[in-house]
Amino acid sequence: MFCLQAGAAMAQAAAGNEFDAAVAALPTASYLEKEELAGRIARSAHPQALTLLRGWLEGKLQADAAGHAYLEGEGGYTDALSGAAATPASPDELEKIGTNNRLRKALKGLLAQFGLASAEPGMRIEAVREMRRELDGSAVAALQARLPQETDAAVKHEIELALALAGLASEEPAQRLAAIASLDGDRSTEVYNRLSQMASGDEADADAEVRNAAGAAVRSIDSWRSFYQGVETLFFGLSLGSVLVLAAIGLAITFGVMGVINMAHGELIMLGAYTAYVMQLLMPQNTGLALLLSIPAAFLVSGAFGVAIERVIVRHLYGRPLETLLATFGLSLVLQQLVRSIFSANNRPVAIPEFMSGVWQINDVFSITYNRLYILIFALMVFALLLGVLKRTSLGLKVRAVSQNRGMAKAMGVRTDWVDAATFGLGAGIAGIAGVALSQLTNVGPNLGQAYIIDSFMVVVFGGVGNLWGTLIGGMALGVVNKLLEPYAGAVLAKILVLVALILFIQRKPRGLFPQKGRAAEGH
Amino acid sequence: MSAAAEPAAPRPAFKPAPPTPYQVMMREDRPSGVFLTVLAIVTLLVPILHLAVPEGHVLHLSGYTVTLIGKYMCYALLAVAVDLIWGYCGILSLGHTAFFALGGYAMGMYLMRQIGTRGVYGDPVLPDFMVFLNWKELPWFWHGMDVFPFAMLMVLFAPGLLAGVFGWLAFRSRVTGVYLSIITQALTYALLLAFFRNEMGFGGNNGLTDFKDLLGFDLKHPETRIVLFMATAVALGAGYFTCRAIVRSRFGRVVQAIRDAESRARFIGYRVENYKLWLFTFSAMLAGVAGALYVPQVGIINPGEFAPINSIEVVIWVAVGGRGTLYGAVVGAIMVNYAKTVMTDALPDAWLYVLGALFVVVTLFLPRGVVGLLPDLKHKIQTLRQRRARASST
Repeated sequence: MFCLQAGAAMAQAAAGNEFDAAVAALPTASYLEKEELAGRIARSAHPQALTLLRGWLEGKLQADAAGHAYLEGEGGYTDALSGAAATPASPDELEKIGTNNRLRKALKGLLAQFGLASAEPGMRIEAVREMRRELDGSAVAALQARLPQETDAAVKHEIELALALAGLASEEPAQRLAAIASLDGDRSTEVYNRLSQMASGDEADADAEVRNAAGAAVRSIDSWRSFYQGVETLFFGLSLGSVLVLAAIGLAITFGVMGVINMAHGELIMLGAYTAYVMQLLMPQNTGLALLLSIPAAFLVSGAFGVAIERVIVRHLYGRPLETLLATFGLSLVLQQLVRSIFSANNRPVAIPEFMSGVWQINDVFSITYNRLYILIFALMVFALLLGVLKRTSLGLKVRAVSQNRGMAKAMGVRTDWVDAATFGLGAGIAGIAGVALSQLTNVGPNLGQAYIIDSFMVVVFGGVGNLWGTLIGGMALGVVNKLLEPYAGAVLAKILVLVALILFIQRKPRGLFPQKGRAAEGH
Repeated sequence: MSAAAEPAAPRPAFKPAPPTPYQVMMREDRPSGVFLTVLAIVTLLVPILHLAVPEGHVLHLSGYTVTLIGKYMCYALLAVAVDLIWGYCGILSLGHTAFFALGGYAMGMYLMRQIGTRGVYGDPVLPDFMVFLNWKELPWFWHGMDVFPFAMLMVLFAPGLLAGVFGWLAFRSRVTGVYLSIITQALTYALLLAFFRNEMGFGGNNGLTDFKDLLGFDLKHPETRIVLFMATAVALGAGYFTCRAIVRSRFGRVVQAIRDAESRARFIGYRVENYKLWLFTFSAMLAGVAGALYVPQVGIINPGEFAPINSIEVVIWVAVGGRGTLYGAVVGAIMVNYAKTVMTDALPDAWLYVLGALFVVVTLFLPRGVVGLLPDLKHKIQTLRQRRARASST
């Protein structure tokens, strides 16, 4: 028992001696010697070794004239050997123990090897990635040693990748071929760059077979990449489409179902966005909750405005669509100016709560930002909800009845003017909800609505007036086509092309993709 | 007839002199007569007050005022063009400033080419912005724009072509009502985006400006400005007179029938789309002329002119004045723009409230516009008098 303890103590003492000696030699050593000393410090497995090497790399390792080393910390100095707080006799005379590029590289490698032994899998992955940058013999040896002990699958995968990359640099063509084969299925940028280097160009591999194998691997990665780039474009398109659908779906109710042109629709969206801003002002600590609460709040605010617009203006203009257009346009100017007077003309920031921010990295080429993903889902939910309201509730039944035959509905006892106000309020409220979603994507300013009004009308007309499904499909299709064109034409030209295509499309099919049939169609 | 039946008249019957066309107009269409008279007086008076009356005199008109009146007259011409299709044919174009701006750009291109070596970079052929963009050659559509007659042809041709193609597509497939309004708005929006692009070759964001002279006359010179002013007045008078002739012709009556009952007009056998197309194209050209006269007076043309809100503002001028009456369009354009000038100077924040309220109030309470107020009032007084007379007689 005693013996064992004594042995351990002795081993520790030996490590201490090795460590102390190496550190003591540092101030006077040349860079080459320093590199060797760093290796000795690392191998000593002294408890202070990691701290010391890290401090050294960061330029905080200093020594006084007597050769005693200190680490500069935030609060003061610590003794480099013991880690205890210490006060150097004359701090002004301390001299930094310098490093150069080569030495820093070596230090990083050593630190990574320390990381490899860490208990945290995340730290180990970091360490392997660090080592992969400079795969020399010692790093490969360390990784090979680590591989059999490794239990975490992710770390194991990283190590195997690193070893395969090292294999690519092997002298033996057969080993290089084996490395390429083992890399099959890995599509990271690192592997791709390395393989394409080997396949062709100035640094192409000397062996033809290896070159061919690398070329084939590169081609397979290429086709995989272009596939995912396509998927990404599709996602961006759907994301843009979901914004268009959100902006247009309220209009699909007021314009599509009721036949009322509401040019102030964009401003109702803007009011929703400002509601989100005000809710965040009310509860600055909890942006997530504020955002969730602003969905019903925006529905109420914009919906109330909508009901007021219907009661005061639109009601008097039924059957005169062009006059409705002008009156509501005037209203949109007033609402814009109102917002300018209250909140100033400057854009207002709406914070993105934690759960909405961040990126979902699916692989090296394809990533999805959470806010776009959630807004896509949100748009579909709003759509489903609205469809449910129109198809399954008594309000929806009345709305459809009034829109198809006002007189008959009235004769059956439907209070048409109440239904009109409720429908308009519903459409306006949905616009407000769209505003909340938009506040997460763009700046909230008085002109927010104007940017969407023409697009919204185009979506509704394209999809077919009076058809909610048409609005969904129309909006998504316009979004995807826009994003498909963008790489070739640029953002602005793509938008122009889509607009022109839409204008031409309406000439061919004035009633949109999914025209209404039967008697209801004649009303519009 | 009766004169021929009586062989020998004892003395020649009193023959009133045949009425002059002016008298006929004053009798049959008093507002038009009044408008053209006022326009003629203004056209003659403004140059005298500007050039002959010395500066500092109470009656002297400053250069600023002359340009302002000239601008209003351009707007009035644009409003007449919009009223011609909206008031008489029911086509509500929310993109008419696109044609205005195209005419303006055609004029602007001519003025740019006139700058010559006096530009910042001194290139004899290329306008400054092209040199700045490192272009080596003039784009094909800039060729010939240095020849005044050709440029003026383009002022008519460019808006006319766009309106012709657009109208041919739209009217043939019977796009009407709000759908047409929305796609005209989309058209001007697409053009707005397009003209913002530097690659289009129209100066991008900044547009065309820094003009020096027109037909060799310095644009800053008061005499040049007066000539421009008078040209605008003549164009407004001629445009007004032509539109009046159109709406009073047989063609014009068919157009109004189309406005009131399109299907019926079609079933009777009129080619509705052809009537609409001709009227729309003519109106676009008129808007182009207005734009061409506007540009040398304000000294700049940029893509902002394509903004959809401008087009809608024109519609509200017409609505305020009274649609379906050409003089109403003129009155509305001048009234609203004068109010805008005054308001944006005194209370810049309040202007949009006023403009917005104007839209609402006019559509709700003044469907016949300001010029409809007077006849309405007369009618009311008349019925009131009749009622009173009836009451007193019994």
